[in-house]
Amino acid sequence: MLIAQIKVLLKESVLDPQGQAVEKALGTLGYNNIEKVRVGKYLEIMLAENNREAANKQVREMCERLLINAVIEDYTFTLVEV
Amino acid sequence: MKFGVVVFPGSNCDLDAYHLVKDVIKQPVDYVWHQEESVTGYDCIILPGGFSYGDYLRCGAIARFSPVMKAVKEFALRGGLVIGICNGFQVLVEAGLLPGALYRNTVLQFRCQFTHLKVENYETPFTETIERGRLLKIPIAHGEGNYYVDNETLRQLESNGQIIFRYATEQGEVSDTANPNGSVYNIAGVCNANKNVLGMMPHPERAGEAILGSEDGLMIFDSILKHWEGSRL
Repeated sequence: MLIAQIKVLLKESVLDPQGQAVEKALGTLGYNNIEKVRVGKYLEIMLAENNREAANKQVREMCERLLINAVIEDYTFTLVEV
Repeated sequence: MKFGVVVFPGSNCDLDAYHLVKDVIKQPVDYVWHQEESVTGYDCIILPGGFSYGDYLRCGAIARFSPVMKAVKEFALRGGLVIGICNGFQVLVEAGLLPGALYRNTVLQFRCQFTHLKVENYETPFTETIERGRLLKIPIAHGEGNYYVDNETLRQLESNGQIIFRYATEQGEVSDTANPNGSVYNIAGVCNANKNVLGMMPHPERAGEAILGSEDGLMIFDSILKHWEGSRL
């Protein structure tokens, strides 16, 4: 079995209001070395699949069809064996 | 003119839209459950506001896979009139029927207030009978109405006349102070290249009776009606 660990972030070119708010909050806590915060999503999908190539293809397809919106978001993922 | 108001699990402005069509503009109207596979017999489909599928994952992302959306897509491609309001707009962009994306307001607040809309294109079924230069006072109620398109798409939308409404001040000035959610170019509503599918964040169905503080939303529905009557001549 494979677990797809998918990270979704807004594109660099898209303003991230949540990231900015968290950045400010960290600043008010006294962390003065925060350069930038981006807030995204993390998804884990367990796949009844052992073939990494097939899993790769399927995860990419699922991301593009449903899990992300390519107009504003980018994604990366890794496959972990369990 | 027969209207269909699509109902997704989590829609909550479906009753308002139904009421406006039935009791205010006095046209036949049905609710269309999201499991329906056909929208045959309708002249205009309304995708109402709300939180379809709990807005899980992204607003409109799951609703777009409802059986009814396949029928709505075919209806739109045949030239049928479709208006998506608020969550309905989010569903239309997720379904690829309209360009761009809608995400979290830059102000991080849920904004529930009247806005003033400048009409940018009168050559559409939704705006053709609106008095030129008239600002529309119509309320918004959303947390994720921040419209995004990249610069190139924005230029295309502008040259195709697909930008329909922009947020303005009460005096009609399109400015940052009039922008309630951070939308690119103050965009409040856009349509497709064929001008038969409109998406807008403001709620015209909540501005159809004087008791609600504005009747300006009616101008959009009057335009739809007159366009449809004209197309039958």
